[in-house]
Amino acid sequence: MREFNHKDLLGMGQLSIEDIELILDTAGSLKIISSRDIKKVPTLRGKSVVHFFYEPSTRTKTSFEVAAKQLSADTVGLSASMSSIVKGETFIDTVRNIQAMNPDLIVLRHSSSGAPHLVAKQISASVINAGDGINEHPTQALLDLFTIREHKGRIRGLKVAIIGDISHSRVARSNIIGLTKMGAEVTVSGPPTMMPPGIDALGVKVRPDPQEAVKGKDVIMVLRIQLERQSKRIFPGVREYAEFFGLSTRLVELARKDVIVMHPGPINRGVEIDSDVADGPYSVILNQVSNGVAVRMALLYLLIGGTRSDNLD
Amino acid sequence: MTIWIKGGELVDPVRGVVEESDIMVERGKISKILPRGAFLEAGPGLKIIDASGKHVVPGLVDMHVHLREPGEEYKETIATGAKAGVVGGFTSLACMPNTIPPNDCSSVTEFILSQAQKAGLARVYPIGAITVDQAGEVLTEFGDMKKAGVVGVSEDGYSVADSKLMRSAMEYARFHDLTVICHCEDMHLSAGGTMHEGVVSTRIGLPGIPAASEEIMVYREIALARLTRTPVHIAHVSTEESVNLIRRAREEGLPVTAETTPHYFHLDHNAVIGYDTRCKVNPPLRTPADVEAVKRGLSEGVIDVIATDHAPHSPMEKDLEFDRAACGMIGLETALPLTLALVKEGLFGMAEALRKLSYNPSRILGIPGGGLSTGSPADLSVIDADTEYTMKEEDFHSKSKNSPFIGVVLRGRNDLTMIGGKVVWQRDSTHIDRR
Repeated sequence: MREFNHKDLLGMGQLSIEDIELILDTAGSLKIISSRDIKKVPTLRGKSVVHFFYEPSTRTKTSFEVAAKQLSADTVGLSASMSSIVKGETFIDTVRNIQAMNPDLIVLRHSSSGAPHLVAKQISASVINAGDGINEHPTQALLDLFTIREHKGRIRGLKVAIIGDISHSRVARSNIIGLTKMGAEVTVSGPPTMMPPGIDALGVKVRPDPQEAVKGKDVIMVLRIQLERQSKRIFPGVREYAEFFGLSTRLVELARKDVIVMHPGPINRGVEIDSDVADGPYSVILNQVSNGVAVRMALLYLLIGGTRSDNLD
Repeated sequence: MTIWIKGGELVDPVRGVVEESDIMVERGKISKILPRGAFLEAGPGLKIIDASGKHVVPGLVDMHVHLREPGEEYKETIATGAKAGVVGGFTSLACMPNTIPPNDCSSVTEFILSQAQKAGLARVYPIGAITVDQAGEVLTEFGDMKKAGVVGVSEDGYSVADSKLMRSAMEYARFHDLTVICHCEDMHLSAGGTMHEGVVSTRIGLPGIPAASEEIMVYREIALARLTRTPVHIAHVSTEESVNLIRRAREEGLPVTAETTPHYFHLDHNAVIGYDTRCKVNPPLRTPADVEAVKRGLSEGVIDVIATDHAPHSPMEKDLEFDRAACGMIGLETALPLTLALVKEGLFGMAEALRKLSYNPSRILGIPGGGLSTGSPADLSVIDADTEYTMKEEDFHSKSKNSPFIGVVLRGRNDLTMIGGKVVWQRDSTHIDRR
């Protein structure tokens, strides 16, 4: 039997190809639970999961809640504004207090890169990184890989374009690591102010012009433009961004005929993606959301479902 | 009482020699330096310090430390910092002005000196702020602070953003014969960054600080040194291009000196992988190529000084998310072995190492020390260059323990520190680490 020998999921870098395949296969068999009349199995009965969201989140938080509940785990939600952090307690002290209540797993979303790594070192509970700063968002990358595999039947050899703010995107970083590891060819695109130095060292091609980037691609992944970045002067405004980098039908038509279009959400319609693309035939955006629940169920099951060997990393 | 320091190898950076000599200390001063074996008498009132197998060196001078007092005594006090200094072999420390309140007027300077007096350990030389409250707007009273005891001015932690104000500071400092020490950072360009911008920051998803943010300001300070003909000293040089800029300025004959710190020649940005906040420093740890350039700068003499930028922080500032953690690491108790490692590597000799650790900083600040000659104050250290040991957290005398060198095997350490003829610290048998 294949084993998942990890205490935590902090980033895509820690996973082997076999680990990723195991997660995707497990998600494939658990996905059916969401479509049953009784959407619940007793697998994680008696296990407790803390959802600690230090930063706002709708999709990811709900997706983890649903995943944990369908597996019968007990869940507690905690946000930074509700916690003692507003009273001046340090993050690490808050975490130690949560640990003292003996949860089996903490799902952490945090605005600081590396925060889940700090937590994982401090506590014995498993930690899932649900997005840390501009670093990683591994569960998003895994659900993206799942969605790609579901539509294309494979990942190896596919050509994927990622368009947007690569510098500040944890979704991009996790997907670049995951996709290249699984044998896809990744091209990144966006204005140079949104392209981190040395990105090619991660094994991707850089094509700032999206017309060149999408040519012949099997998958186009569009990143959300964070409007607050405009105040940080890395781009002049959404109107100009939409004109040069927004994904229009015209641009999609430069890709392969069977291209799929993905977006981690929430989408800014008319900015990084036109409505007719987001809602059009190439879009798998809502499939991504459905698959998110299955992938997160798989991770909960693999991390605290009792199959974990004692020989942890 | 006469003290006979016997059997050691004397390192004199002024003459650039290492020789087998004994030293006699009387009334706080070096009274005689004699070839080994020339002095034989022993008698009552003669204290012997056996330095066999060790080096006797001028007391180390650290021109860049943060002693945190007044204001942040929970991190370090002048007494604990001075203690860490003498344990590390330092007899003189120049402390940066970013205390709370900052050292921006003579009353703060006087307070620092009075605390140093009470501690009675290392000699402490305060550096004054360039602007009131380090706010970058109004010049401090350089003359008044100098009368109170400052030996230089610096806005450490910041650059003075306004170039016209910095020009005035340099011109005015020249009148008072004060060294201007420059922390070089374009604060707009570095804003939001937490580590060096490069392949590692891209890989681990931390916002970067480009090397250019340092280099722009290094160049500005050099241009202002040319304009004002005032001696300027560039603090904590960390990039290859900074070294190149300083080299060119020196070739042009400009009065520019520079320092670096052991972490810029021992660690590169890969040390940050794993989000170790002890490796969060400002300027940030750079690339391996920068580390090599800094070493080259040291061996060529472009970088005159090895300082520590000793920056104590408590767990409250360091056990945090990386972007929220404070910058800085302690350095007083590891600078000597980390510098000796360069001697071991063959980058330069023992005498040159001591030039960078004692003679050059004394000369730049215009303070006593830096040599061993008859008649000079007996500020010296007896160092054991060979012992290997693992640095442990409890070995540090600093109040703070934020060092990435904990758990690292180091080679060489100070065994005895003498200031003004008094032994202020000696490694006793209970302090000797067992391997």
